[in-house]
Amino acid sequence: MNYFVEAFAWIADPAHRTGPDGIWTRLGQHLAYTLIATGAAALIGIPLGYWIGHTGRGKGLIVGATGAARALPTLGVLTLIALFTGVGVGAPLAALSVLALPSVLAGAYAGLEAIPAPTIDAARAQGMSEWQLLSRVEIPLGLPHLIGGLRSATLQVVATATLVAYVGGGGLGRFLFLGLKTQDYPQMLAASFLAVALAIAGEICFAVLARIAGRRHHALSNR
Amino acid sequence: MRRIPALLTAALLTATLAACGGGDPLNTASGPETTSGQAIVVGSQQYYSNELIAELYAQALEADGYQVNRQYQIGPREISMPELASGAIDLMPEYSGNLLQYLDPSFVATTPDEILLALDDALPTGLRRLDAAEATDQDSYTVTRATAEKYELTSIGDLARLTQPVSIGASSEFATRPYGISGLQGVYGVEGVLTPIEDSGSALTVKALLDGTVQVADIYTASPAIVANDLVSLDDPESLILPQNIVAIASDKVDQKAAATINEVTGQLTMAELIALNRESVESQLPSAAIATTWLTEKGLI
Repeated sequence: MNYFVEAFAWIADPAHRTGPDGIWTRLGQHLAYTLIATGAAALIGIPLGYWIGHTGRGKGLIVGATGAARALPTLGVLTLIALFTGVGVGAPLAALSVLALPSVLAGAYAGLEAIPAPTIDAARAQGMSEWQLLSRVEIPLGLPHLIGGLRSATLQVVATATLVAYVGGGGLGRFLFLGLKTQDYPQMLAASFLAVALAIAGEICFAVLARIAGRRHHALSNR
Repeated sequence: MRRIPALLTAALLTATLAACGGGDPLNTASGPETTSGQAIVVGSQQYYSNELIAELYAQALEADGYQVNRQYQIGPREISMPELASGAIDLMPEYSGNLLQYLDPSFVATTPDEILLALDDALPTGLRRLDAAEATDQDSYTVTRATAEKYELTSIGDLARLTQPVSIGASSEFATRPYGISGLQGVYGVEGVLTPIEDSGSALTVKALLDGTVQVADIYTASPAIVANDLVSLDDPESLILPQNIVAIASDKVDQKAAATINEVTGQLTMAELIALNRESVESQLPSAAIATTWLTEKGLI
């Protein structure tokens, strides 16, 4: 119990807040890494997922591959990349993108996959082009799944972005590693709390987004 | 029917993960107490070089007819010391300076002998230290040969010739430890700025040094990377860095005869020998048992 109190005291201490090594800086870095890594995964994963979902091509291969990719230990991937690129933020960002990709890809493709075949047939029967089908029917209807995928990707990345500090990139992991090596457990716990808080904030954002998308989804389905 | 491969993959992954979930991994460390009886439990830290030394002890004891139970790769000292004190582990290679700092953070000792004397007082009852090896495995301020020649660096104080602040690659604890950034400023008047790399002076730290991402790196003196990359570890005339001689910590279960055996191994463990052992481990990727057998046989210890 004592550690909990000390951890909150650590966060509350104004001396830990500001400066290049302060909570705000580290929290900001952590958030930035999360956004960049998830964004990069979205840039690759969404178009690829839509292509697979729309055409139905390469599904078995991609689903198998992303399943396997989920099992990749991020620290291993990070170290492997860093041995080529050197230390800095490049390697951890790449490793985090690899971590986020399967969820995003699955979300994008599952959203299209979940649309009932008669809906697609009806759209085609109305004379929609492939592009119109994708942009007006499949993407809007698949949105809740995509948001779900982005949501779990973001959650994973927030939790794992502590590894950026492994190669000198900062973020909340800086407090974790320092606390671990110097037996400053309140500091470690404080860093964990901050990461959890960031994850919860992210969850709330996505829950709101999902509601909005759900409402639109409903409106579309009932049209 | 395209869903079948996906389902199979998912099922396979689930099965694999479920298989990993069984059993409590923390239980293994305390398990042998009940099963091993009179065996001497040899532990090691989560560090390949430490495991290698522990294996030297284990095989030397076995050659003497002792029963040995190996419990290697036990986390940091915060976990291993209580295990030693409780009698769950009987023998473990340690590092003199860091161990003393853990047991008695207030003690100010700088020479290897002072540290060993202080250790005798600081160790909990039921534990004693055996002979210390000549070999040390301690932090160092290390630069590339090119940097050393360009600025004519031999000791840490010479780093003042570089543009200040000097960038240093080391674990995050370097920011707060006495031998780190603050000590560098206080003892040698050199300003340093830390790039935290958390692999304890291994491949990534060495890479950062060779790339020029950092000008100085904290690499353990027994690391084979120093010789392999022709690096220069700077002298420390002001004793900023605590000496870390290899020293075996033993419980009462390690009797006089066993202690004498361990001390024989320790007697052969010079700096050059330790680096050679580590190098063999890193380069050949052989298990520590094989490397230990070869070494002990060569030295006539088994």
